[in-house]
Amino acid sequence: MTNLIPNQNRPTTGSATHRSWRWVRENLFSTPLNSVITIFCLYIIWQVLSTVVGWALINASFASTKDACEAVSGACWAYVHQNYRFVLFGTYPLDEQWRSVLGSVMLIVGMLVSMNRRFWSPWLALAWLVWLALLYIILAGDVFGLTRVDSAQWGGLTLTLLLAVVGIGFAAPLALLLALGRRSEMPFVKVVCVVFIEVFRGVPLISVLIMASVMFPLFLPEGVTINKLLRAQVGIIFFQAAYLAEVFRGGMQAIPSGQYEAADSLGLGYWQKMGKIILPQALRLVIPPTMSTFISLLKDTSLVVIIGLFDLLGATKSAINDPAWRQQFIEGYVFIALIFFCFCFFMSRYSLHLDRELKRGM
Amino acid sequence: MSSTQSSSSGTQPLLALIYDKTFRSILYQVLVFGGVFLLGWYLVNNTLTNLEQQDIATGFGFLEREASFGISESVIEYSPADTYGRALVVGILNTVKVSALGIFLATILGTLIGIGLVSPNWLLRFMGKTYIETFRNVPLLLQLFFWYSVVTNAFPGPRQALNPMAGVFASNRGLYLPVPADHPAWTAALIALILGLIGAFLVRKWALKRLEATGEVFPYLSAGIGVAIGLPILAWLVFGAPTEMNTPSLQGFNFQGGISLSPEFFTLLLGLTIYTATYIAEIVRSGIQSVPKGQSEAATSLGLKPSWVMRLIILPQALRVIIPPMTNQYLNLTKNSSLAVAIGYPDLVSISNTTMNQTGQAVEAVTIFMTIYLSISLLISFFMNWYNKRMALVER
Repeated sequence: MTNLIPNQNRPTTGSATHRSWRWVRENLFSTPLNSVITIFCLYIIWQVLSTVVGWALINASFASTKDACEAVSGACWAYVHQNYRFVLFGTYPLDEQWRSVLGSVMLIVGMLVSMNRRFWSPWLALAWLVWLALLYIILAGDVFGLTRVDSAQWGGLTLTLLLAVVGIGFAAPLALLLALGRRSEMPFVKVVCVVFIEVFRGVPLISVLIMASVMFPLFLPEGVTINKLLRAQVGIIFFQAAYLAEVFRGGMQAIPSGQYEAADSLGLGYWQKMGKIILPQALRLVIPPTMSTFISLLKDTSLVVIIGLFDLLGATKSAINDPAWRQQFIEGYVFIALIFFCFCFFMSRYSLHLDRELKRGM
Repeated sequence: MSSTQSSSSGTQPLLALIYDKTFRSILYQVLVFGGVFLLGWYLVNNTLTNLEQQDIATGFGFLEREASFGISESVIEYSPADTYGRALVVGILNTVKVSALGIFLATILGTLIGIGLVSPNWLLRFMGKTYIETFRNVPLLLQLFFWYSVVTNAFPGPRQALNPMAGVFASNRGLYLPVPADHPAWTAALIALILGLIGAFLVRKWALKRLEATGEVFPYLSAGIGVAIGLPILAWLVFGAPTEMNTPSLQGFNFQGGISLSPEFFTLLLGLTIYTATYIAEIVRSGIQSVPKGQSEAATSLGLKPSWVMRLIILPQALRVIIPPMTNQYLNLTKNSSLAVAIGYPDLVSISNTTMNQTGQAVEAVTIFMTIYLSISLLISFFMNWYNKRMALVER
């Protein structure tokens, strides 16, 4: 009978302790079953936390060399101390590594700037092209007195970010074209787009990458070779564009046909209708799934390790293959898992923020 | 004069033609078709030239040849003397095995976490969210490498194997579980189970028919479960109720008896389940939350029992929201099982890869496994579409 008053109507007065006690009672111990669940959860949290904190902090060694690790039972953070350069920048020549650092910074700065809605205009795409060209010069060198660094030597975080950013940048426009093509009234254009989308969505990314690394060289005339990195990049772009195209198509389908008809009756041409009326509304609707496709793309760049590129995961694998660090595999994987986590978590939070921001105007 | 006349009469139809919708549509399509055709022709031509120059055979004749490589685990009999064709079948079966088990386990785990996410208990919701954020923001491949390293490095050897339960052993060579010893009673129980399921289905059909005809309610769910479980137990009892188990035991350097899961299989299954469950949990949560509260209140006020409210009112409506995205997750899990190649589980991609390296026939091998994946994907989506249609809202 006490539950007749709904929660939100209860008085919020009382001292802070009083209120927090009430919160605890209502959220954690409202029924006997709830109390049992709470105690069970507390036990699990305690178990997990004590294991993790014990391993990573309390029993860990923070010395910069491995010698101190013999004495402790927990993590040996000397691994990060000794290997972070290799993991973050791969086999990039040591003397030139500032260029790889600069490359990562440029990519992160570019991403942060692009996240700001004030800069959203066609100029942003152009600015990105210039920015990427500059990035390429810095990483590859061979001009302005920079020594040449072959793309096979690029690696680590810089490579992961490069694959992700370029992947997003080129997959999105391609996906837009595919989505428009799939909804087009021209039967042949439609068939081409449907086949492209369904084939790439039906097979695993790894098979696309294997195709790019083994089969693709056979497609080219003799003597022409395209480097492995570019092939993997194109594979990632095609694969994610197919998924993204379906996301965009979903958004376009959600726009009521009255909008299409209104645009037609105003005498707008196809591109004006799509560019000014349909897409601005449709894309706004699909921000969350678009961002989760981008997050998948970032995570999926780790698959290039299978065709032998040294991204974050590839570099870590070869770092812990070194007999000296073979016991530190947990530290190795946890280190890059944290890096991936930060990027993905940040992206998903940004997606929520953007979604809320844009929905406010609707 | 005559020239301008002719030019204007020449441009007029041309302009009209350019602005003509049908003509433009045909023109665009011809251009796209031409582009696709030329590209395809160029690629095929290059490939044929390259294959000829590198002296690589073409065609699917290699499927008949001896594979001469071993496969660490297989559902069917396989030896290196078998053909490439049979090796690929082993790969397909291994992919299907790990995907089917993964889908089953991920659905259970994901549903449990999804229900936890809508619990009134704040701590449980918090734990669910933490689980999801942790495992979904880290690449699956990284998780697989991690679990694989843990299993192969941190687990003890067979002699010091962990023994968490009687008969269950975990070592760096794999996980060993006891199975019932060979006895005709188990076969009989299996047949009885199948018969029981068919029986339960028939009871349900009959009960629904009678419900529509007479309005009398028959508890078909409990009756069906009773038949499906009761029959196997009866069969087992009739055949002498054997309780002897085939437990794994250490013999020499490894365990014998029982069933064993290789570290590769175990890791892949664990990784796929944990990763996909995060997505399924979110789907289940949004499905449950999509049913307005008024629905359960209305059902309760009609006097329905809580279990009926769940079964007749909430679940059918939630499933409608849940099924389409769930299909995508099942497809993703199946495709993600191809990451097996990275940890050495002999799935379809990994065996195709070996085939490709041995025969050099990359085009054929890639074509085969891409076709198989496409067919598996289409099969799962057909099945789920059929199920979805059955559950969908029937409007006017």
